Amino acid sequence: MSTQKNCKGIKIENVGLKFGKTEVLKGVNLEIQPGEFFAFLGPSGSGKSTLLRAIAGFGPTPSGNILIGDQEVTHLPPWKRNVGMVFQSYALWPHMTVRKNIAFGLEERKIPKDQVQQRVDEALELVDLLPLAERRPSELSGGQQQRIALARTVVVEPQVLLLDEPLSNLDANLRVQMRRDILSLQRKLGLTTIFVTHDQEEANTTADRMAVLSEGVIQQIGKPMDLYDSPNNRFVAAFLGSANILDGEIKISDSKPVFISNQGLELSIQHQATGNGSLVFRPQNTRILHNDANQNDMILNGKVIYREFLGSLVRYGVDVKGHLMAVDELHSIGGKHIDEGAEISLGVAMDQTVIVYS
Amino acid sequence: MTSNSTTRKSFLRLPDFSATQWGPGTVATLIAIFLLVVLILPVAKVIFVAFQEPSTGAFTINNFIDFFNASLFRESFINSFYVSAMSVVFATLIALPLAYFTTRFNFAGATLIQTFGIIPLIMPPFVGAVAMQLFFGENGSVNLLMDEWFGFTIPFMEGLNGVILVQSVHFFPFILINLSASLQNIDRSMEESALNLGSSGMRLFRRIVFPLSMPGYVAGASLVFLKVFDDLGTPLLLNVNNMLAPQAYLRISSVGISDPIGYVISVILVAFSLFSLWVSFLALKNKDYATTQKGGGGLLKRDLKKWEKVSCYSVILLILCFVMAPHAALFLLSIATVWSFSPLPDAYTLSHYTEVFDTAGDFISNTLLYAGLAGLIDVLLGTAIAYIVWRTGIWGRKALDFLAMGAVAIPGVVLGIGYLRMFYHMEVPFSDIPLASFWGIIVIALAVRRLPYALRACMAALAQVAVSLEEAAESLGATKTRTIRKIVIPLMSGGILAGFVTSFATAAVELSATIMLVSSEADAPLAYGIYVFMQSAAGRGPGAALGIIAVLIVGVGTYLSHRVIERSKRHRGES
Ligand SMILES: Nc1ncnc2c1ncn2[C@@H]1O[C@H](COP(=O)(O)OP(=O)(O)O)[C@@H](O)[C@H]1O
Ligand SMILES: [Mg+2]
Repeated sequence: MSTQKNCKGIKIENVGLKFGKTEVLKGVNLEIQPGEFFAFLGPSGSGKSTLLRAIAGFGPTPSGNILIGDQEVTHLPPWKRNVGMVFQSYALWPHMTVRKNIAFGLEERKIPKDQVQQRVDEALELVDLLPLAERRPSELSGGQQQRIALARTVVVEPQVLLLDEPLSNLDANLRVQMRRDILSLQRKLGLTTIFVTHDQEEANTTADRMAVLSEGVIQQIGKPMDLYDSPNNRFVAAFLGSANILDGEIKISDSKPVFISNQGLELSIQHQATGNGSLVFRPQNTRILHNDANQNDMILNGKVIYREFLGSLVRYGVDVKGHLMAVDELHSIGGKHIDEGAEISLGVAMDQTVIVYS
Repeated sequence: MTSNSTTRKSFLRLPDFSATQWGPGTVATLIAIFLLVVLILPVAKVIFVAFQEPSTGAFTINNFIDFFNASLFRESFINSFYVSAMSVVFATLIALPLAYFTTRFNFAGATLIQTFGIIPLIMPPFVGAVAMQLFFGENGSVNLLMDEWFGFTIPFMEGLNGVILVQSVHFFPFILINLSASLQNIDRSMEESALNLGSSGMRLFRRIVFPLSMPGYVAGASLVFLKVFDDLGTPLLLNVNNMLAPQAYLRISSVGISDPIGYVISVILVAFSLFSLWVSFLALKNKDYATTQKGGGGLLKRDLKKWEKVSCYSVILLILCFVMAPHAALFLLSIATVWSFSPLPDAYTLSHYTEVFDTAGDFISNTLLYAGLAGLIDVLLGTAIAYIVWRTGIWGRKALDFLAMGAVAIPGVVLGIGYLRMFYHMEVPFSDIPLASFWGIIVIALAVRRLPYALRACMAALAQVAVSLEEAAESLGATKTRTIRKIVIPLMSGGILAGFVTSFATAAVELSATIMLVSSEADAPLAYGIYVFMQSAAGRGPGAALGIIAVLIVGVGTYLSHRVIERSKRHRGES
């Protein structure tokens, strides 16, 4: 199968969507570059599938515009969009063999028989499953079904590839393998791809860029690492990884910015801002001090409430004036541990903290 | 352990299972012997006799040659085939719109329609047959009105047409249920992925929806074919005798049990039953097309446009009127003084009901006794077989299951003939009544015929009881026997009850085996009573009243079993 020269970008302009009276998508704006691997990330029920399905033409017609390449597709029926979609359940037709399944889209496009045969073989080779061509879907493992579903979709050379939680029905090991396979397939074909997931590790490891969704609204768009390091708002900060979040207010005292938490904890900070906000820092950037505070460390005093061994990490829960802070230390053989109940000091480098607004 | 009295005793105590003293192996053997005597041997005997020279007993196929040489039998054969096939066609015409509309569209009243759609099953077809004459017959309401308004009539009930009409109105629910289930099991992603790949409209229906619902349809259709092919009561009551089952009955009852033609017909009936079952087996084999699954989106239902809605509802309404016609007609007939050559009865009365209660009380009490005993036997056997199949490793347990289910393939007429032949020369212990004319034999016949239903219910019930629940009891010190009694049976009780009610309700109105085995009217059950009443014009009113009583018994039974199943589902938190 040839690398796609004709891959298209996707433009979503001010899209809203309702199921009856419930608004499920609100004012979604998004531009996806040709050839990009893009992820929709968000908790369950946030509208990821709905947005993806709207691009494929399923579900209620949205307000706003959806463009694929330069073509406005908002009102096109699904079968006229040439958008490839892989379903969470794979949706392989049980009454057809693997070969028939893959040939289906080509037959619908009235491709001559000999070409169908050849392209199906190529697609099967692409996913390394040529020997299984004559099997029924029920005779395949979950991972194999997933690959066949992919092959069935890419064989028609769609303009864009949409994947709705493609890994959620696989077991953990297979999931890691499959996401690499999907990525390499995408690179090989150069297909513009949207990958829907609620698993941030999947999004982080595969996506060029991603959009975080919550309650039908895009919270932030960007590269995975940028989103993690500079979340736009409290939701994104809390959703991506673990975070210590102190809600409070920033004031200027003695011409220096001070953060005062809702529980009355006062911390001097570097950020030049005022008003209500939250101070965010990550457990792995929080250190337990052994008289080794740095100059620009923010210091927090508290008491250890719990200790959890997580394998590579040991996580402490530390009560700081009524705020429960998580602190991660790398674990090594013979490493010393602090017991529950101990009074300790925590240090966080100022440049590892972020202020977000809700 | 080998003495006869202990055998019988343990048999009756089956549910509390003398498993530890006896072992499930013994119980399985006893059940197998029982089924051998009351199912396999009679049928084998019938087949055997069909290939026997009547006078010498030598092997021959002359009986079959005689059969196909007689034009009446050739005609009967073709008629039976034609009626069954046409009934499948008409049943499909009724069931298809109901199934499709209610499963694929957002449709107010879909559940109600589905419920209405299975009501016909609670009335045995022969009960409504005569009443249908009054609506659709040559001088029935519909044709009288048509003649008056348009000047022509339609021979709905002429000869074979009548049988086809009554049968398809009665048996279409088998297609409806199976087809709806198939359609309901198609996950929306199956269709969406086809849409996504460029397919739509009729092409999508033809390539995806239709093939995916095919197994359910074929299973339902072959069941309809089988039931119609085997049915004796409806043609008999409509006085259509040139079909196979009536011919078998008439030959045996008029010529006698040594006439070989009855046996030849039986062999043909069994062969066709097996054939339809085989077709349905093929249709379902390796085709678990149920595609609703985790991560799937449920059913793809479409909203209807206004005019589509209007036409859908009109079609459905028309069908439902048609489907309810036998019940309505039967009810009218049961309260009519005189009803002939007029669209509606001349006047109404309750006297048929009082007459029935005065004179036909025996029919009712016999029915309750026979069907009750048959139901009891069925759940005892069903529970034991289910346990043996699911929970033990006994050699041949699959064969036992198969044997018990085998009754599905045996038409009532055939079983009746087999019993007559086999038990005629045996006598009830301590008396000189032939075993074949003892009422108990009717109970056995009913039990055997309904065993498959009860067994399925018990199997389903046991499948719901997790093995770990039993293991927990055993690990806490309960013996196998006590575990079965205190854990398994109570947890299965909902399913067992449902199995009992199904057996009971359907046995209460079975006619084809009963009619052959009833030796005196005093021993006869309801179904036979209805048949006798309906023979004469004067008896139609009381016959209809009896029919209504039968419908009530079956209806209440079905409703109760439905409730029981729903409730036990709720108990397990499934609904
Ligand atoms: N067919 C539907 N009818 C009504 N509400 C729906 C339908 N599909 C999804 N929703 C609602 O839309 C919201 C977003 O759903 P979805 O896009 O499936 O979320 P996600 O894929 O992010 O988990 C949810 O609140 C869900 O309940
Ligand atoms: Mg989703």
